[in-house]
Formats: sequence, structure tokens, C-alpha cells
Amino acid sequence: MSGRRSRPRQSSGTTRISEDQINDLVIKLQQLLPELGDSHRSDKVSAARVLQDTCNYIRNLHREVDDISERLSELLANSDTAQAALIRSLLTQ
Amino acid sequence: MADTEQPPTNLNRSSTALVRRKKSLSASSPSSSRGNAASVSTGDGESHARWRSEKQHRNYSAKLIQALKQVRRGSSSTFSAAATSPPPMAAQKRGKAVREAADRALAVSARGRTLWSRAILANRIKLKFRKHKRPRRTVIPAVTTVVAVTGASSGGGRKRRVSVVRLNKKSLPTVNRKISVLGRLVPGCKKESVPVILEEATDYIQALEMQVRAMKSLVELLSGSAPPPI
Repeated sequence: MSGRRSRPRQSSGTTRISEDQINDLVIKLQQLLPELGDSHRSDKVSAARVLQDTCNYIRNLHREVDDISERLSELLANSDTAQAALIRSLLTQ
Repeated sequence: MADTEQPPTNLNRSSTALVRRKKSLSASSPSSSRGNAASVSTGDGESHARWRSEKQHRNYSAKLIQALKQVRRGSSSTFSAAATSPPPMAAQKRGKAVREAADRALAVSARGRTLWSRAILANRIKLKFRKHKRPRRTVIPAVTTVVAVTGASSGGGRKRRVSVVRLNKKSLPTVNRKISVLGRLVPGCKKESVPVILEEATDYIQALEMQVRAMKSLVELLSGSAPPPI
């Protein structure tokens, strides 16, 4: 990992954030990712890679949510036919 | 007994159908997640369990349906008012409204424990304030890194600015730059410190996954049972 520095760095606040803590968080993040989350790759992936993949994954999820909400909005709008009964039963509690 | 039970069971059956479909869609849902839904003490397993428990699914799908109901009510009134509005444009606006409603429902089911959920809920009100403040903040580090290269020897004022910026870890190495990019993606985390961003990101990813699963099964449910519109 390129982020390992031996000399101390000033952090902006009063508490010194430990590298181990950050490493743990990065590992936890890696486990969530669909491609890097497997156990056999726990040591060989750099933090930069994990972060890059995390950003890409979040962007993908955002895009997916946008697509699905568009489809959902079309379905809600065009539902004047037979499935209106189904929707009404779902939407009116 | 039958009368009072019918509407809830109707909803329950459809929502449990949603929930069952979601549970079958999610690849890994360990059996411990059900047991962990009650225990809040464990730090590591808690976030995993939180967004995968059945209780959370039901919670979210109920809120989502409520939110969509509001969207539908709002859009149907405008639809009947302006019958000649072109479908693609209206669909885009409604798609955005649906997405915002879904995000809000997601943020609410986070129960206010995370930064991003609070930011989503607060964003509805403070949108204008944020838009004014952000551009100034992001320009400053970029400008002073250029200055740092050329103006390191030039004098007191510039040097002071450089040193202030250097204290901000996020402008230098690759990892920290990526972390700040990640912070911009997660709502409400643009200015946070590194561990905060990482933690928020883990929670946010799981919540987003749940949102995607829930909305997908809702779409399947709604579109699977009707013939396509001609």
C-alpha cells in the first residue's frame, strides 16, 4: 500500500487517526465490493484500488437506482389498466 | 375478525412476497442476520446485519410504498391537469421524484444514525445554501497546489497559504484524493475526515444495495402481472 508513511503527519484535529484503523475500514469496505470481496485476495489489493472500485461501484448503484426509478415512474403512470387494482391495493393501506 | 384483518393481511402478503423475493435475490444472507437484528452491540457485524435483516426490508418497503403513493398522487393530479404533456419529459421528472422519494425512504429507515441519511433528509431544505458554498471550497486546493510548485520561494504570504493547505491531507497523495472523491459521492461527506468517510461509505453501499433490490422487486411485481401497454 503506497499510503504507509513512517514519519508522523499532522492531522487537522486533535486526535491522531491511526493507520491501522484506516486499514481496517478499507478492508471492511473491500469485503463489500462484489469483485474484490473474496477472501483469497485479502492481502494483494491496494487501498487505492479498493477506493477506486468503491467509487465506481457507488456510481453504478446510483445509475441503477436512477434507471429503476424511471421504470417505476413509467409503470406508475401507465397503470391505468388492469393492474390499477393491484397498485391500489399496494398503495392504499 | 375477518374484516379487520383483511386489509393488513393483504398488504402483509404482498409485502412478504416482496420480502421473500428480495431475500432470494440477495446472494448471501447468513442465518445469523435474523438473530443479529436485535443485538446492536457488535460493531463489525452490525452494519452487515442491519441492512440485510428481514425486518429492515419490510420497514423499507413499507416506507417506499408510502412515498411512492405520495408521488403518484402528486403526479396524477398534474397528469390530469395537463393531458398534453409529452411522456418522455414528464417521465424524467417523475423518475427523479421517484428516486428522491426512494432516497428519502432509505434515509428514514437508517434511523438517523448515519451522516448520509441525515444529509439526504436535510438536503431537501438546505439545497440552496450548499450550492453557494461548495464551488469556492473546491477551487482553493487546486489553485494553491499550483502556487506551491512555483511560489515556494517567492515569499511569506503564499507560503502561509501553502502550509495551511498542506495540513489538509486530502489534497496530496493518491489514496487521499480518492477518498475525497468517495466523500463527494456519499451524500453529506464532502468535508469529513478519512475514517468517517470510509465508515459512511460502507453503510451507504449496503443501504444502496438494499434500495436497488427493493425497487427491482417492486418493478417486477408491478410489471410482471400485467400485459405491456400497447
